[in-house]
Amino acid sequence: MKRVIALLMENQPGALSRVVGLFSQRGYNIETLIVAPTTDPTLSRLTMSTNGDEKIVQQITKQLDKLIDVVTVADLGESDFVETELMLVKLNKSSITGNEIEKFEGKVVFEDSEIINLQFVGEPDKLDKLVKELNKKEVLEIVRSGSLGISSNAKTLTINK
Amino acid sequence: MSKKQTSGADALIQSLHEEGVELVFGYPGGAALHIYDALFNQSEVEHILVRHEQGAVHAADGYARSTGKPGVALVTSGPGATNAITGLATAFMDSTPVIVISGQVKSELIGTDSFQETDMIGVSRPIVKHSFLVQRAEDIPEIVKKAFHIATTGRPGPVVIDVPKDLTDPNLTFEFNYPSEINMRSYKPAKVGDPKQIKKAVDLILEAKKPVIYSGGGVIQDDASAELTELAKLTKFPTTNTLMGLGAFPGTDPQFLGMLGMHGTYEANMAMHEADLIIAVGARFDDRITNDPKQFALGAKKIHIDVDPASLSKIIHADVPIAGSAKECLSALINELSKEEIDTNKLEPWLQKITNWREEHGLNHSMLELIPENGKILPQQVIQSLYKETEGKAFITSDVGQHQMFAAQYYFFDKPRQWINSGGLGTMGFGLPSAMGVQFAFPKETVACVTGEGSIQMCIQELSTCFQYGLPIKIINLNNAALGMVKQWQDMQYGGRHSSSTYENSLPDFCALSESYGHVGIKVTKLSELETAMKECISMKDKLVFLDVDVDPDEHVYPMLEAGNAMDYMHLSKDKKTW
Repeated sequence: MKRVIALLMENQPGALSRVVGLFSQRGYNIETLIVAPTTDPTLSRLTMSTNGDEKIVQQITKQLDKLIDVVTVADLGESDFVETELMLVKLNKSSITGNEIEKFEGKVVFEDSEIINLQFVGEPDKLDKLVKELNKKEVLEIVRSGSLGISSNAKTLTINK
Repeated sequence: MSKKQTSGADALIQSLHEEGVELVFGYPGGAALHIYDALFNQSEVEHILVRHEQGAVHAADGYARSTGKPGVALVTSGPGATNAITGLATAFMDSTPVIVISGQVKSELIGTDSFQETDMIGVSRPIVKHSFLVQRAEDIPEIVKKAFHIATTGRPGPVVIDVPKDLTDPNLTFEFNYPSEINMRSYKPAKVGDPKQIKKAVDLILEAKKPVIYSGGGVIQDDASAELTELAKLTKFPTTNTLMGLGAFPGTDPQFLGMLGMHGTYEANMAMHEADLIIAVGARFDDRITNDPKQFALGAKKIHIDVDPASLSKIIHADVPIAGSAKECLSALINELSKEEIDTNKLEPWLQKITNWREEHGLNHSMLELIPENGKILPQQVIQSLYKETEGKAFITSDVGQHQMFAAQYYFFDKPRQWINSGGLGTMGFGLPSAMGVQFAFPKETVACVTGEGSIQMCIQELSTCFQYGLPIKIINLNNAALGMVKQWQDMQYGGRHSSSTYENSLPDFCALSESYGHVGIKVTKLSELETAMKECISMKDKLVFLDVDVDPDEHVYPMLEAGNAMDYMHLSKDKKTW
């Protein structure tokens, strides 16, 4: 079962390698991983998606919480949450029409006489389906960001002081 | 008033002094030379020169385990750092507070594959509780403060401080300020257990008819032996300790079941298997305890107290998980229980059953009276002789293998921190250097290292350190001329094919070897000589004595759990098993 875990960690060299290292060290799987500084520059927020049953996800969050650089961890699946992903696609311009781009809800971010770059935003499942459709065209390259997640209730991921 | 200007190296040593460090075990080298010069110029922190960095970390670990205070090792970059890795992994697996300070190449050289460069932070990452790469000299005091805080609180563990050489340069000075307090937003270990969970635990305790207290190293680490003993006395519950937990409950107390697990006693393993309530305190249900976790103590409710929330329900589901320090949680539990009527009469049938198990297949603690037909000395007899001669009061360190299990089974440890061994990682070579750490901490006490001819050779170079510092350690070598535990497994599971577990007459004369290091060697080959030799060995208070005892090479350690089964599947001797 796919799970999305979000955490705040100290924005320090070595912190990310501890998080990633934990996964290989304990035999957990990372599907996607995305990390960036937050509005508080001393903190980074990391979202990862992983596979595992309830027991494994509990162990993952506890082990992550144990890392000294990790400030707070949440298994987003514990409540309602929104998951979204960004995808950039490079195609031969002649292989796709304006109508199709509109139908797929793509945004043109670059184009010249031969190449067109499209941007798509949505839930990972939706992007998976889009990739299947787009593969019927002359796709040159696809890049996906991995999932970003945020809980959709009043709960927020903040520092426990 | 202006503060004193110090270099990073002086600040490092001054910070150690602020943390109450009196001894540092280490080995110098290029990247650590500024630090060594700073050590030379002061007298508050004493440096002990070992013969190999593995020895330095084990010595610091032995010091930490026996005193409860953090142990410190100092090594240089590259090979110095990598040699410290086995020591770090040993401390990590047994959750002991060890600080390793490693010199690193100059900041500008990091990442260039320079001479004696190793990414110590990267190499040690999976086997430390935390690590710091110093980036500015003036950060050193705060980093040391944090390192000691992290190493000693919550579930203790080793911390590495990697210091690039340029940051300890005597020409780079700054104002020294040692922080009096540290607040880390990302590190707040749980202390007090949830009162609701404590209440639930009380209910289970009052209902139990077949209870067992199963305690581990966490009780010793948290100095909670008095509370554990009080709980056991209050409830009359039979108590077993893990290999790491021996001494937390008095070994000579009739309520004590002995050690449990792989080589645990018959009565301890049977009691766990048939219990209706298991109270686990500071123990982690590892594979050497549970045997097959799917078949583990199926009829028992489990109360699990552990300072590390990640240990709760990791392997065995806890019906009542309590995250918090062993000492605090046990005190809270005792406090709640003392308000209740505890009916200990209903335990009678259970206690009788345990007595029967003990009579049936318990360990024989009077083996010194036996005279084996083959004329050989049994390894158990050596431990019993050591126990008798030291009146059960010695600090015992051990290496890893059969001798370790015999020591754990046959020496009764009445006090915590008296038994020092590498339980989690199982590091051969731990015994002698860890004994050095203990002897430095307790110069007047008897410290014995129970070892084998295999393990002792893994850190034997430390005999030289022992001579330099006059450490009167007693090395009790159970010499069976084979890697005994490997050979036992080969006997039991590989048709007796002793693949690379014997030495083909290549062993040294250990007595002559010890004498060449300036120590005393005593050889024992006959049972009739054992007790006299042991007496002589222990009586030499100011000498290191290497007591080399030839023991029966065919002896196996029993009981032994049969893998892939529940805890009641035990081999009891070469021809007797429970199923």
